[in-house]
Amino acid sequence: MSTASAGKASINAVSAKVLVEATVNGVPEAFACEPRQTLLEVLREQLGLTGTKEGCGNGNCGACCVLLDGRPVNSCLVLAVEAAGRDIVTVEGLATDGLHPLQQAFLEHGALQCGVCTPGFLVASKALLDVNPHPTEQEVRRWLAGNLCRCTGYDKIIRAVLDAASRMAAETRPEAAAGLETAADDGEVRPA
Amino acid sequence: MSATGKHRASGQTYRVIGTRPIRHDAYDKVTGRARFGADVRLPGMLYGVLVRSPHPHARIKSVDTRRAREHPAVRAVVTAADMPSIDSEAVAELGEGAIELRYASEIILARDKVVFRGQPVAAVAATSLQAAREAARLIEVEYEPLPVVQDPVAAMAPDAPLLHQDLYTVTPGGGKAERPSNVAKHVQYERGDAAAGFAAADVVIAREFRTAMVHQGYIEPQAAAAAWEHDGRLTVWTTTQGAFSARQQLADLLQIPVGRIKVIPMEVGGGFGGKIQVYLEPIAALLSRQAGRPVKMWMTRAEVFTGTGPGSGTYIRCKLGAKRDGELVAAELYMVYDAGAFPGSPVGAGAVTGLSPYRIPNFRVDGFDVVTNKPRVQSYRAPGAPQAAFAVETVLDELAQALDMDPVDLRLKNAAVEGDRLVYGAPFNRIGFREVLQAVRDHPHYKAPVPGGAKTYAVGRGVAAGFWFGGSMTSTVHLTFNADGTVNLVAGSSDLSGSRASLAMIVAEELGLEPDDVKPVVADTDTVGYNDVTGGSRTTYATGAACWRACQDAIAQLKARAAKLLEADPEAVAFGGGEFWLWEEPQYRISIKEVAASLQKTGGPIFAKGIVNGLKMAPAFGAHIVDVGVDLETGKVDILRYTAVQDAGRAIHPASVEGQLQGGAAQGVGWALFEEYVYDQGVMRNPTFLDYRLPTALDLPMIDTVIVEVPASDGPYGVRGVGETPIVPPLAAVANAIARATGVRVRELPMSPERVWRALAAAGRAEGLFASHADG
Repeated sequence: MSTASAGKASINAVSAKVLVEATVNGVPEAFACEPRQTLLEVLREQLGLTGTKEGCGNGNCGACCVLLDGRPVNSCLVLAVEAAGRDIVTVEGLATDGLHPLQQAFLEHGALQCGVCTPGFLVASKALLDVNPHPTEQEVRRWLAGNLCRCTGYDKIIRAVLDAASRMAAETRPEAAAGLETAADDGEVRPA
Repeated sequence: MSATGKHRASGQTYRVIGTRPIRHDAYDKVTGRARFGADVRLPGMLYGVLVRSPHPHARIKSVDTRRAREHPAVRAVVTAADMPSIDSEAVAELGEGAIELRYASEIILARDKVVFRGQPVAAVAATSLQAAREAARLIEVEYEPLPVVQDPVAAMAPDAPLLHQDLYTVTPGGGKAERPSNVAKHVQYERGDAAAGFAAADVVIAREFRTAMVHQGYIEPQAAAAAWEHDGRLTVWTTTQGAFSARQQLADLLQIPVGRIKVIPMEVGGGFGGKIQVYLEPIAALLSRQAGRPVKMWMTRAEVFTGTGPGSGTYIRCKLGAKRDGELVAAELYMVYDAGAFPGSPVGAGAVTGLSPYRIPNFRVDGFDVVTNKPRVQSYRAPGAPQAAFAVETVLDELAQALDMDPVDLRLKNAAVEGDRLVYGAPFNRIGFREVLQAVRDHPHYKAPVPGGAKTYAVGRGVAAGFWFGGSMTSTVHLTFNADGTVNLVAGSSDLSGSRASLAMIVAEELGLEPDDVKPVVADTDTVGYNDVTGGSRTTYATGAACWRACQDAIAQLKARAAKLLEADPEAVAFGGGEFWLWEEPQYRISIKEVAASLQKTGGPIFAKGIVNGLKMAPAFGAHIVDVGVDLETGKVDILRYTAVQDAGRAIHPASVEGQLQGGAAQGVGWALFEEYVYDQGVMRNPTFLDYRLPTALDLPMIDTVIVEVPASDGPYGVRGVGETPIVPPLAAVANAIARATGVRVRELPMSPERVWRALAAAGRAEGLFASHADG
């Protein structure tokens, strides 16, 4: 015989909230949150930015990937209060002057099926191309190994990222796209 | 540009069918605008959280919710006492499978006893998610633990503890056993004389196989919101493969009229069969009724693993007999499928799909549906078929080796064709199994030499085949026309992976429009006619046929309007390529867009409908080729090259078909190598994506695809549904490749490094420091 309740949780009528100011997709935002709330929960449930998805809640699937000061993080593993004074980019912030080349490539390659992992893949891929504009297939696979997709088998996603990289290279540095330069790998490791 | 507006036989060229437009749903999905199950926000919305059983098998002695109710942020608390009790043996049809309602009710909220760990016993709704979680911990449940039944084979023993005192085996004749047991059902199929067949065979191989319980692994957890109004109307937003199925289940479980319920389908973040049965929806509804406010709920990943319906684990014995020339003459299958806590494993489909691809004159198949203290299984992509194919296709590979035959040639020699009978007796209509096997034999991958290995790294190539029936069921679509010539396509089939685009392409093809001119929507249950679930590879096939019919209805109505504008009789008007013209005077013509712009002047709006209620089966066959590398020191298996070949009948949107083949192959590789529910006394030890390992981008190569087009016997263009089949061959294909690489057969899934290494070591094939220390 056993009792299945811890029964020890204290009842906080209204947990004390903290005012947090941060830049979200280029716009200054202020929100009040409990210190125990994740950045993911606040983005989705308070700021209405539901493009960032919850797939696992413990950093295993990458569906909640956002950029924090330009670095990809799983927003389910970041407390909202940690975002104070920081710069956050979500999938909603990728398209600025028209779609981002990654978004366009995902459309054209059919690099999505159900689409729930897509925002995380796009944000993580942007982070990759920011530090390594000319990745090899294997570099893309390694970088995106923290993003799970159950529908596509990854084939079209990898192709889309490689295609976006070459398109962006062609736009910014035509000689790079022509293969006159080799990819510079600065050895940066993606934060867990 | 030679559209005629008629139903065209396959082989003709099309303007839209077979092209790759950007999918209609894709823009919203790359910009974060698409709204999935958990993305609902409603005014005054509360958050709901469940209290789940920590015991796999226990009597519930008491549930004390008093302290939770006193929590200041709590607005509702429900237990099974708030659910209507269901005493009948009425069955809920889920589209892909079925379940007795009284069992479905217990899965949602346990009444007197819990039969799997993770079964809900109570729920709370509060003004914040954090408060709801806090309050859930204040609910005190007293349990009396009972003996746990974990293994389905052990569960069949006469002295095994019983999960249900009132469960009596349904026998092959439809009767009932005299004593209760954990065996819910025994299915049996026989043809000819198996014993005589084996006696006449030159080679007989019998093996046993085990496959682990696995999960569909959709990335979006179950999520639902409900608003139960004071006048009795219930609105539910949910991520579901079938809004109408969800509505019917809600009506049955809550005992309210179906007309009071509106289900609004949200985007579905993957389903694969797992998002048909309702879990959260009835609880969110009960919480909402009590609180008088909308309630949203979603599951954590651990809840998804332990509280939803995985795919069956199995124990299968397979025996095949062949003549020296490879002709199959006899077969026997003994199959035990784990149903989890309540009856309803897909053993029936497993029993039929295992042997049906081949002409076998003598066989006997026995299948058993067995309950254990685990979550009740649900459909998982070609439910029941991958496990059966793992056994049959592995023994076929061993037969090919014993007969010194090419494994594709062995299959070609025995492959079923139109008119051959499935295991249950019905004949196949037109199928493309032989064409698929020939495409495998002719493929550069199959013709290429197997890459060389190294002393500690063995490389081998495997092949395997499989199929799925290709269902029809019921679909309804509506078409309305806008003044600018665009068309609203109102469908009721949930779009899991791009079906909106395929349906819109069919409409564009028939009406001579561009895919972008057609605006497909997945409508709620108040807005569109009845539709069965998206499942069983039926949507592009059956809902596509409904679109084709709606177009014929629209064309007939538009012709009458065009006739008015052309000042002719409707019979004098022809249609094709998006234009109406006069048969006799083709210089008089008018475009469909012009006709649409004139509807208000020629008689008012047009409403066209297409209904499908039962097409013929359209089976899709596939076969996969895989090269693996096996690290003989660690047992780790690498997928080096992969090719999936499948008959699509007619590929409407080839990129989407390729995506289905690639995704199914990837899921199958996961099932083969990584994925399993690790159980210890009924407790799942790995309910996270870290410990339950889905294939990552790093685990797979590019997946090559070949689309074979052998038109189906029914429906437009010869199209076949393609979604299920690609997960059927990979399990055996990978196992066969490992065996060809190492000479060692692994007959238990997953073929994890440890399991492969132990098999290598037992056969003296392991390398490295510990190779000689293996003790099995």
